[in-house]
Amino acid sequence: MRIGVITFPGTLDDVDAIRAVRYAGAEPVALWHGDHDLAGVDAVVVPGGFSYGDYLRAGAIASLAPIMTEVKAAAAGGMPVLGICNGFQILCEAGLLPGALVRNAGLHFLCRDQRLRVESTDTAWTGAATAGQEIVVPLKSGEGRFVADAETVARLEGEGRVVFRYLGGNPNGALADIAGVASADGRVVGLMPHPEHAIDPLTGPSDDGLVLFTSVLGAAVGS
Amino acid sequence: MARVVVDVMPKPEILDVQGQAVTRALGRIGVAGVAEVRQGKHFELDVDDSVDDETLHRIAGELLANPVIEDWVVRRTSETVQP
Repeated sequence: MRIGVITFPGTLDDVDAIRAVRYAGAEPVALWHGDHDLAGVDAVVVPGGFSYGDYLRAGAIASLAPIMTEVKAAAAGGMPVLGICNGFQILCEAGLLPGALVRNAGLHFLCRDQRLRVESTDTAWTGAATAGQEIVVPLKSGEGRFVADAETVARLEGEGRVVFRYLGGNPNGALADIAGVASADGRVVGLMPHPEHAIDPLTGPSDDGLVLFTSVLGAAVGS
Repeated sequence: MARVVVDVMPKPEILDVQGQAVTRALGRIGVAGVAEVRQGKHFELDVDDSVDDETLHRIAGELLANPVIEDWVVRRTSETVQP
């Protein structure tokens, strides 16, 4: 399986995402923000960082990059897409995921190991996890507070589209402790914490994050 | 060229933590009586006559503001700008 990892100007975590893809047993493919071509990949990771300097709003400019036209079309056709941190912000700005990410309630940039609960295994990126599984992965963000209108949150909860929830206290004021959500078809997932930084205990707090990248191996395009 | 102003503000139901921080700082410079500050963004666009109101609202709604969390107002000023 070939998994594309997009680099925008200001992306920081593309190399770790590529490494995570390789650890999971897939072939990573580097994609460039200015490209109009997904190079025939089977899934896409939109990694973290500060795309285009996060000018205007986090992820707003990147959501309009040429390659995002291709990502939106591929997602509509069922291709698995994972957005991590800035990637989550980009997917929300692009309309691929509901809601928005705004400044942390405490105004501080947070950098810590964060416990999460996997709330849904019915997505392309969590199929190999167990429901209710607790994982520990790094969280590092200043604009990580998930917000949406009440109707949207009720729909996400009702449809089982809250994929990850913060445990051990809400770090940023996110509504309903939401750390990650999925699209209606479960193919597109976004989360603020960084599973790609927790794939090997040598370099992270755990290898708990690897399960996202192994999950997608079993979620072929269009299945 | 005419000048157009777009003001973008967080929706009332969105907790504006930046505005709250400013409100708290007012006390530190000795100002009392300001109940609330909300912080938004102010854009100035110099546009030629071919840019109609529909396009301006598209610019505001698709790029300058995020309709999930922000409201916006588009205003044409009487100011003319030399190109």
